Amino acid sequence: MTILLSLSGISKTFDNGVEAIARLDLDVAEREFVSLVGPSGCGKSTALRIAAGLARPSAGTVSFPNGRPETGFVFQEPALMPWRTALANVRLPLELRGIARKDAEARSRTALERAGLKGFEDAYPRELSGGMKMRTSIARAMAAGPKLLLMDEPFAALDELSRQALNDDLLTLAREDQMTVLFVTHSVFESTYLSSRVVVMTPRPGRVTAEIRLSPPPLRDVSYRLTQEFADGARRVSQALRGAMGKGA
Amino acid sequence: MRAALKYLLPVLLGIAVLALWEFLVRRYDVPVFVLPGPSAIWPAFTANFSSLMDSLWTTLQVTWIAFAIALVAGLALAIVFAQSRTAEMALFPYAVILQVTPIIAVAPLILIWVGYEHVERAAIIIALIVAFFPILSNATLGLRSVDPGLLDLFRLYGASRWQILWRLQLPGALPYILAGMKISGGLALIGAVVAEFVAGSGTATGLAWRVTEAANRLEISKMFAALGLLSFVGIVNFYALSFLEWLMLHRWHESTFDRRE
Repeated sequence: MTILLSLSGISKTFDNGVEAIARLDLDVAEREFVSLVGPSGCGKSTALRIAAGLARPSAGTVSFPNGRPETGFVFQEPALMPWRTALANVRLPLELRGIARKDAEARSRTALERAGLKGFEDAYPRELSGGMKMRTSIARAMAAGPKLLLMDEPFAALDELSRQALNDDLLTLAREDQMTVLFVTHSVFESTYLSSRVVVMTPRPGRVTAEIRLSPPPLRDVSYRLTQEFADGARRVSQALRGAMGKGA
Repeated sequence: MRAALKYLLPVLLGIAVLALWEFLVRRYDVPVFVLPGPSAIWPAFTANFSSLMDSLWTTLQVTWIAFAIALVAGLALAIVFAQSRTAEMALFPYAVILQVTPIIAVAPLILIWVGYEHVERAAIIIALIVAFFPILSNATLGLRSVDPGLLDLFRLYGASRWQILWRLQLPGALPYILAGMKISGGLALIGAVVAEFVAGSGTATGLAWRVTEAANRLEISKMFAALGLLSFVGIVNFYALSFLEWLMLHRWHESTFDRRE
C-alpha cells in the first residue's frame, strides 16, 4: 500500500481565534476512496482545503511521499463561470495550464462526455439543472487527468435520485482513471456506499476519532444499497458518528 | 403581437400627447413665446436645420469623447484598485470628492483654466469628470465581486494575477461595468450641457448653446427644437448602450431572463 497523501499533526486556528482542527492525522493510500464524515463545523472542509493547498495549516505538515499528484477539486457549489458554456468551463484548468487550444478542446469534450453531458457542450450554466451543473464541475475536475480528487460535499444540494446516479458515475470514473478520492460528506449512507474507508471526525476542534474499513464490491449499483452488508456498514458509520458527537465540547 | 405592441404603444401614446398638446395650445390661445404647439416647433426646426445639426454634431462629439475617456480611465483605475488595496485606500477618497462636488460649481474654474476660446475642450473635461465616477465605482465593485469558489479554483491551478483578471474578474464584472456605462452615458451629456450653460457665450456651439441663445431671444419654438435634439442624443446613447449590454450578456446573465411569461 503506497501512501499518496499524508496529513500529520494538522491544526488550524482561524484569525478570529476559532480552532477548527486540532492534531489531525490522516494517511490516504493510492486508489483509496476515503470519506471524511463528521458533524457540521468539525473542520472537514478545512482539512480538505489544506490538503489541496488552498489553506495553510497553523501547525503540522501535508506531504505527498511520491510527489504532488495532479489534483482535482470539486466544491460544494458547482462554481461554474456563468459566461462560459459547459465545454469552456471544463476547458479552464487546461487553459490555465497553457495547453494548446485544440488539445484542450478535445480533452474537455471527452471529460464532459464521460461525466454524462454529451450534447450539452454549448449550454450555459443557467440552462443546466443542479445535477448537470455538478456534472460539469466534475468534468472540469477530471479534465486535467487528476490522480487525486478532493470533493467537498459535492452532492449535498442534489435530490436523492440525482445524488445516487452521481455516486455511481463517480465510482466508475474513479475506477477507470485509478484515482484516489478524498470525499467530505455528512451523509452516513453516501459515505458507506462510496468508500473503502470512512474517517470520522469529532466536533470542533476536529480530529480523527474513528475509522471504519469497508469492503464494498468494486462494481456496485443500486441493489448494493439493499444488502445486509450495506446496512451493517451504515450502522457502524452511524454509531461511530454518534460516538464522535459525544466527544465534542 | 406582444413584440409589435412593445413598439406600437409608446408611439401611439406619443401621437396622442402631441395631439392633446396642440389642441390645448389652440383652445386656450397660449402665446407662442410661452408654449408653442408642435405645429410651431416643426417649422422652427426646419428653418434652423443646418445650425441645429452642426450643434448636434458638436454635442455628440463632446459627449462621446468624454465618455470614451471616462470609460478607459475608469476601467484602468478600477483594475489598479482591484490589484492593490493600498492604491484604493489612497485614491478613492479623491475620486469621491471629484464626484460629490457639484460640477456646476466647478465648471467656471475649468472654463477659466481652459479658456473661453476653447469651450468644447472645457466641455469634454467637465463631461469627463461627471462620467468617470459611475464607471470607476461600478467596475471596482464588479472586479471585487468574484465568486470565492471560482477564485479557489483559479488558485488551485496556479493561475497568475493576469489570468485571474482576464478570465475571471473582468468577465464577472461585465454586468456592473455595463450598468455603470449606462449611467455615465447620460451624465456625459449633462456635463456637456453644463459647460455651455456656464460659458454662456464665447465659442460654444453645441445644442445647449442653441437653447441658451433661443431663450435669450424668446424664440421658444427654436428652444424646443434644440431641447428635443438633446433628448434625442440622450435616448440614442441610452439605447445604444442597452443594446451593447444585451449583446454581451443575453447568452448568460440572469438579468436577461424574462420571468414574467
